[in-house]
Parts: sequence; structure tokens; C-alpha cells
Amino acid sequence: MKGWLRLFFRGGLLSYRALFAWVDPRVYIPSMLGFPLFQLLFFAYVGRAASFQDDAFYVVGNAIMTSNAGAIFGTSFSIGGERWTQTLSAVLATPANRFALFVGRAVPNIANGILVSAFCFVLGCLLLDVSIGWSQVPALAVVVVVSTVSCACLGLVIGSIGLRARDAVLYANLAYFAMLVFCGVNVPLDDLPGWMAAIGRALPLTHGIEAGREIAAGGTLGDVSGLLTTEALIGCVYAGVAYALFRLFEAEGRRRASLETY
Amino acid sequence: MSHTLAVVRSSFRFHLKATLKSSATVMYMVLVPIVYATIAFFMYRGGANEVAVVWIAVAAGIMGLWSTTLAGSGMALQRERWAGTLELLFASPPPFAAVLLGVALATSATGLYSLVATLFWGWAFFHVPLHLAHPVWFAIAVPATVLALGLFGMLLAATFILYRQTFALVNLFEYPVWLITGLLVPLSLLPGWVQPIAWLIGPTWGIKAIHAATTGGSPGGYLAAAGVLALASFALGLVCLRYFETLARRRASLSLT
Repeated sequence: MKGWLRLFFRGGLLSYRALFAWVDPRVYIPSMLGFPLFQLLFFAYVGRAASFQDDAFYVVGNAIMTSNAGAIFGTSFSIGGERWTQTLSAVLATPANRFALFVGRAVPNIANGILVSAFCFVLGCLLLDVSIGWSQVPALAVVVVVSTVSCACLGLVIGSIGLRARDAVLYANLAYFAMLVFCGVNVPLDDLPGWMAAIGRALPLTHGIEAGREIAAGGTLGDVSGLLTTEALIGCVYAGVAYALFRLFEAEGRRRASLETY
Repeated sequence: MSHTLAVVRSSFRFHLKATLKSSATVMYMVLVPIVYATIAFFMYRGGANEVAVVWIAVAAGIMGLWSTTLAGSGMALQRERWAGTLELLFASPPPFAAVLLGVALATSATGLYSLVATLFWGWAFFHVPLHLAHPVWFAIAVPATVLALGLFGMLLAATFILYRQTFALVNLFEYPVWLITGLLVPLSLLPGWVQPIAWLIGPTWGIKAIHAATTGGSPGGYLAAAGVLALASFALGLVCLRYFETLARRRASLSLT
């Protein structure tokens, strides 16, 4: 058990440090802090121009959404990046427990996603003069954690696909834009056509954002427990799919000797 | 002069072909504006403020134009650097500015895909009437704005020579330029200090010209302003390019990644 935990946490951290060594402050600040903040501001101002929703709607939606920048892109690269750096064969040649090896890689990215989300919440509230009570912060933090974990599970799916597909970043981008449109980030699900709302409900984030908005409006964790449970279950389903794909592509890559071919 | 123009033409053709060969890039160019157009359609449809729906389609297309110019021109040097061909281009007899100008114009020209995509998307899925107030002015304003974007892109590319983390900056600038050029948000809603910045960017006036041609107004003055600022950014781009090239040669940092 000790070895399993060590692989899960330390292995995940080591892989993060190795695969993301190129991320220095000159990269991190513009892409992980600047870009999400400007996204939030952009939609808040479009919302003002259209007189659509109040600023709090965009702060909560986009601040939770931006957690997925780290969770989806980072997690998918944590798996697929081994192929890019030609180290996948070495990793998969080890007898290490696959689940700990696989899911542990999401942990640093989840932490990063939470950090980005917190940054956007604070700056969004300050710049747009949105007031969320201090008493709501712990409950909001729980929502962000659950949503980010759920997003990271989708990132694991994309990372697993990256074991076979040539361009996993493209799929991560597609997932990002799909979530921007379908998850009620800037347009409530009620204002979307039924089929779009249905897709949104099957994606991570949708229920988390809804829960976040209820809490920001004064609700409690008890009020949103159903939404959070659904969000967590969606994450579990994606994690299961990701693990199955990972094992499938690993086995197939070994059989066809195609683990690191493009 | 004719040799320089031949280099611009070759660079333009080569970069255009290379860009359109990448299915991921083409998909990105088409998909991204459609995503933003869709969100904007729903936001304006549900909101209280009226806006010409055809303008939302055009504005989202121009957002795509901006993105391809920013990404294409900003990353132009980085791509050559990664491919190990940047020193060759600098060392070859034709002026590097001519090569870069061809690349910048090609990236903004490929962005026209975005405009077509969002107009089609708006017409097919949101029943946007493709009625333009001044179709002839529209036909003039769009290529003029593409040219202004291309020349502004060259200025960006020149200033990115010394900065090796270009891709991070390209990401960072995307939303701010959409905001300050007043595409979906009137400049009057933004803080006062933003407006003078917008006035100094040539494409802002090109966008105003397209807006006037789409919804009604006089695009002539806007086009003249766009032209003057585009030439100014071209001249500034040449100066920056010369300066940064000398600096990079002196430091021997051209190919460092």
C-alpha cells in the first residue's frame, strides 16, 4: 500500500516536473493566469453589452471553467506527453501498478486547475466588482475541487486517446470548446436548444457550474449535494472509460509495437 | 523591387499551402469562430440589447481573422526556429522582411475561412439574413482589413524575434484584442484608457469600416484611417525587424529555443 501511494503521489509529481519542465513563469503567467482571466473579462463584457446576465454569472461560470485549462490540457499531456518525449516504452516496461501510475498523474494538474480557478475567482470579483460572501468560500472551494477532478477525468480520456492519436492537443482543444458552448458557462442551459443542453449534462463542469452559481447566490452545500454527486459520478464514468482505453491502447501498442510511432 | 515582390509572393504562396495542408489548423480556423459566434448569438438573443444579427456573424469571423493573424504571424519565426531554418532565411540574400511580409499576409488571408464559416453558420443555423447595407463597400473593406491585419501581424512577428515564448503571448493577446477592437463589445463600455490603444491599431478602423458596410454608415473615412495606420505599422515593423535582427546576430541568440 505504501508503494502504491508513493507511486500515486510522488510518481505523479515527478512526471509533472519532467513533462512540464518547459513551463517557466514566462509561459505560466500568460497562458495559465492571463488567458483564463481575459476569457472571463471578455464574456462578462459581452454579457454587459448584450444585457444578458449579471457579472456574477460570468465570474462563477468562467472561473470554474478555467480550472479545466490545467485539468484537461495538463492531464492529457501527462499521459500522451510520454509518447511525445519517447519515454512511453520505458514507463510501460515497468511492473508499476497501472492505476496508480495513470491516475496519479492527474493529481498535480488538479492542484494547478484549482489554483487557476481560485485566481480567476479573486481577480474576477475584484475587477468586476462582484461580491461573494466570505461564508460561501468553503462551499465554493468544494465545488471547484469536485469540478476540477471531474474535468481531469475527461483529460485522462483524452490522454489515453493520445496513446494512439497523432494530435491529442487537438482533442483537448475540441473538448475545451465543447465545454465552453455546452456546459452553461456563458449561456444558461435553459437558453440552449434541448439537444445542446443534453450534451452539456453529459459533460463534466455543467453540474459543478450550476452548483457554484447556487452557492454564490447564498446556497449551502446541502442545497447542491445532488448536483455535486452527479458531477462526481460523471467524473467517475470518464475515469473508468479513460482507464479502460489506457489498458486497451497499452495492450495494442505492445502487440503492434506501435507505442511511440506516429 | 520586382525581386523583392517575387519573394513576398513566393513566401505568401508557400505559407498559404503549408497552412492549408494542416487539417488541424484548418479545423481550428473554422471551428473557433463558430464556437464564439454560437455563444454570442445565444447571448444577444437572450439579452435585452438589440444588435444586427448579421454583425454577430461578421464579428465572430473577424475574431477568427485576428486569431489566425496573431497565431500565424506570432508563431512564424518560432516555427522557422523549431525547423532550424531561421538562420538560413536570415543569411540568404533576399530581405528577411519580404519573407516575413509574405507569411503575415498569408496568415491573415487564411483567416478569411473564418469569415465565410461564421456567415454560413449564422445563415444555416440561426437564420441570419445575409443582408449587407453596402455590399460593394463590404467587398472593399474586407480585403483592406485583411491587408491591415497582415501588416500589423508583421509588426507583431518582428517584435517576437527576441521572445522565445511566443506561443504563450499569442494566447494571452487573443481576448484583449477582440475586446479593444470593439468587435462584440462597444468601446464605450470599456475603461476610458482602452480607447486610445484601440485607435492606434489599424485593424480597429478596418473593423469599423466592415461594421459600417454591414449595418449602414460611411466606411470611407475608416478605411483611410486603417490604410494610414497599416502603413505606419509596416514601417515600424521594418525598423523593429532591422533592430532586433542586429541584436539577435550580435548575441548569437537567433536559433535558441
